[in-house]
Amino acid sequence: MATMTKKKMVQWDPADVKAELLSKYPPKVARKRAKQIMINEALENETPEITANVRTTPGIITMRGCTYAGCKGVIMGPTRDIVNLVHGPIGCSFYAWLTRRNQTDAGPDGDNFINYCMSTDMQDSDIIFGGEKKLAQAIQEAYDLFHPKSIAVFATCPVGLIGDDIHTVAKNMKEKFGDCNVYAFSCEGYKGVSQSAGHHIANNQVFRHIVGENDEEKPGKFKINLLGEYNIGGDGFEIDRIFNKCGITNIATFSGNSTYDQFASAHTADLNAVMCHRSINYVADMLETKYGIPWIKVNFIGAEATAKSLRKIAEYFGDKELIDTVEAVIAEEMPAVDEVVSDVRIRTDGKTAMMFVGGSRAHHYKELFNEMGMKTISAGYEFGHRDDYEGRQVIPNLKVDADSRNIEELVIEADETRYRPRKTEKEMKALEKAGLQFKHYDGLAPDMDNDTLIIDDLNQYEAEKLVELMKPDIFCAGIKEKYSIQKLGVPMKQLHSYDSGGPYAGFKGAINFYNEIDRLVNSKVWSYMKAPWQKNPQLSAAYIWE
Amino acid sequence: MRKVAIYGKGGIGKSTTTQNTVAGLVELGRKIMVVGCDPKADSTRLLLGGLAQKSVLDTLREEGEDVELEDIRKKGYGGTWCVESGGPEPGVGCAGRGIITSINMLESLGAYEEGEELDYAFYDVLGDVVCGGFAMPIRDGKAEEIYIVVSGEMMAMYAANNISKGIVKFAQSGTVRLGGLICNSRAVDNEKEMIEEFAKKLGTRMIYFVPRHNDVQRAEINRKTVIEWKPEVEQADAYRGLAKAIDENKEFVIPTPMEIEELEQLLMAYGLMEAA
Repeated sequence: MATMTKKKMVQWDPADVKAELLSKYPPKVARKRAKQIMINEALENETPEITANVRTTPGIITMRGCTYAGCKGVIMGPTRDIVNLVHGPIGCSFYAWLTRRNQTDAGPDGDNFINYCMSTDMQDSDIIFGGEKKLAQAIQEAYDLFHPKSIAVFATCPVGLIGDDIHTVAKNMKEKFGDCNVYAFSCEGYKGVSQSAGHHIANNQVFRHIVGENDEEKPGKFKINLLGEYNIGGDGFEIDRIFNKCGITNIATFSGNSTYDQFASAHTADLNAVMCHRSINYVADMLETKYGIPWIKVNFIGAEATAKSLRKIAEYFGDKELIDTVEAVIAEEMPAVDEVVSDVRIRTDGKTAMMFVGGSRAHHYKELFNEMGMKTISAGYEFGHRDDYEGRQVIPNLKVDADSRNIEELVIEADETRYRPRKTEKEMKALEKAGLQFKHYDGLAPDMDNDTLIIDDLNQYEAEKLVELMKPDIFCAGIKEKYSIQKLGVPMKQLHSYDSGGPYAGFKGAINFYNEIDRLVNSKVWSYMKAPWQKNPQLSAAYIWE
Repeated sequence: MRKVAIYGKGGIGKSTTTQNTVAGLVELGRKIMVVGCDPKADSTRLLLGGLAQKSVLDTLREEGEDVELEDIRKKGYGGTWCVESGGPEPGVGCAGRGIITSINMLESLGAYEEGEELDYAFYDVLGDVVCGGFAMPIRDGKAEEIYIVVSGEMMAMYAANNISKGIVKFAQSGTVRLGGLICNSRAVDNEKEMIEEFAKKLGTRMIYFVPRHNDVQRAEINRKTVIEWKPEVEQADAYRGLAKAIDENKEFVIPTPMEIEELEQLLMAYGLMEAA
């Protein structure tokens, strides 16, 4: 361990690190990447611009996923009672099968299709003659087998190339069944820059085909939707536990442990709490425009962040009883958190972390590391846009390129009968004046220290180089990076699937995370990366040509 | 065995020219297989006397993997083997992928094997080289000689130039070469001279000039090639001449496609010559 500590003292200048990362690239690629690597100057509040949401240069081994992954895997994957049917060859379809550790609770109706993997299994002849008939047949089969409330169809790349009209097939089947909502997603993998395009396509269709289908008033005094929470490792369960304790009713989670009816009733809630800004901010905007539900940004990753988010929700409703309950819950939950923090901080204080994950996660998890006294020395997103880095104020200035134009923007108007502003203009003004910010997100950059590196769309090469140069105590990303990083002798935590851990949200989740990170960064196993004979060779030799 | 593919703009007369030429080659004693690479499956009508036959892809779809060579090829005029690749209905699926599948199927069934004693395999390919599937015959050495059917009409020459670009791409990595241009006359001003010049610019030659004659149409109505319908007519000799020119052809080149501007100039030069 002594040698490890010594190594950490290596001083690095962010400009040198950036230059080193770029030095291997051809000039054109280096120029492009240079704009995606930002030395943060957030403390001066003069955030420089970062390039994000642009195509990865071919040849670079990116950490990103595809549009289909974003639509099927991320957004629609966690819903439990919608039959998800992949139209395509079986390879893509395999990845429809619970690869993201979304947890669910089958609920009283017992409808749970999350553990099934359904595919049209396209063959050569379906490509040649078109796959529409086979798709209709597969939808029929799924309907006969499960009698679900809803069937969702997902396009893989070949479907777009041969031009199967999946939307018409879905529409015809919906009319035929009468009691099953069938709709399709044109989420061919090649369609966008990253999985972010898939989130957008998914959310558009959920909004168009499901939201607003059930007007039945749900019981509950303080009704919210939780947007952008995917119940990885049971995060959603922990958040719901806290909501219940506080007396907050969660009408719909988009989309962790969600059901068709939750989406269908989402318009009956009175507040939208947005977790993952990137994947879902459009839904929050559309719900506000169409139904008059305001939205606030929350974060339930980190105990303090959780407390802060609960207070924001209570403040919005402005109900004395709710405010008191929230305070009581926080007071009840925090001692257990504090106890673990004070224990692990002895070992974690001053350690360093790197995070390259998601379009919001890298920002959220920074909170947890802060609570442990750990510094995030470099972070970035796989599929974030500029507003996720620099804050929503840049949105009007975002360049609309061919890739973003390729993804449909729904034009939403206020619902004729169901639009109902939840607060009067005066009330909104008063809340804003008291410090509650609506439709507001500052992004990752202002929370990062001065001179840290913010890197968009990090890749395999840069990841290894960064670890080599900056030697973090822990590196967080996804499964693709897991072992290449660990081979460098640095512990790696997956923040997409949580390895086999979680939940990490809320109060109990925070405790889980502290213990997990303590275990990882203080493990002695990393000091055994070199075999004894590599450190102290008993025999030395040289090749004859040396 | 010589493997020949015929390309050219849609409607230029590829199928008609191919079949009439094949009839001429039959007279020279050659043994030939014609593979139609068009979802419409109408490339062998004249050789088969209009008899519709089951395409490779239809057979594959109905019979599954258990297909015999005799299920998909049929004997036509003068013992010529006729095969239609077939494909999806217009507007669905992927016809290009279909061509890849059917050519692979023919190969695996041994349609090209030495025991078949073929002198020629002809591929009659739909339209322009629109996508990878339609380029299949010129990839991987499926076809080694290309003839482009062209006329003095501007769009036909554009298409020919584009097809040449496709050939260059595959010639660099494979064995495919351009054998020449076949001018299927549309009675355009200075047509012969212009196509000769065009061929020269492409680094090849106009291998034959097929004059325009209504006998071609009359033979087609009778579902026959001109040679079969009326062997004595002048147009039959034209196709015999083309067959002989192909049979004796030894000039195979990697073409040098023209820049669009250069092509426009060529058109203008010959078009204006008449006007003057």
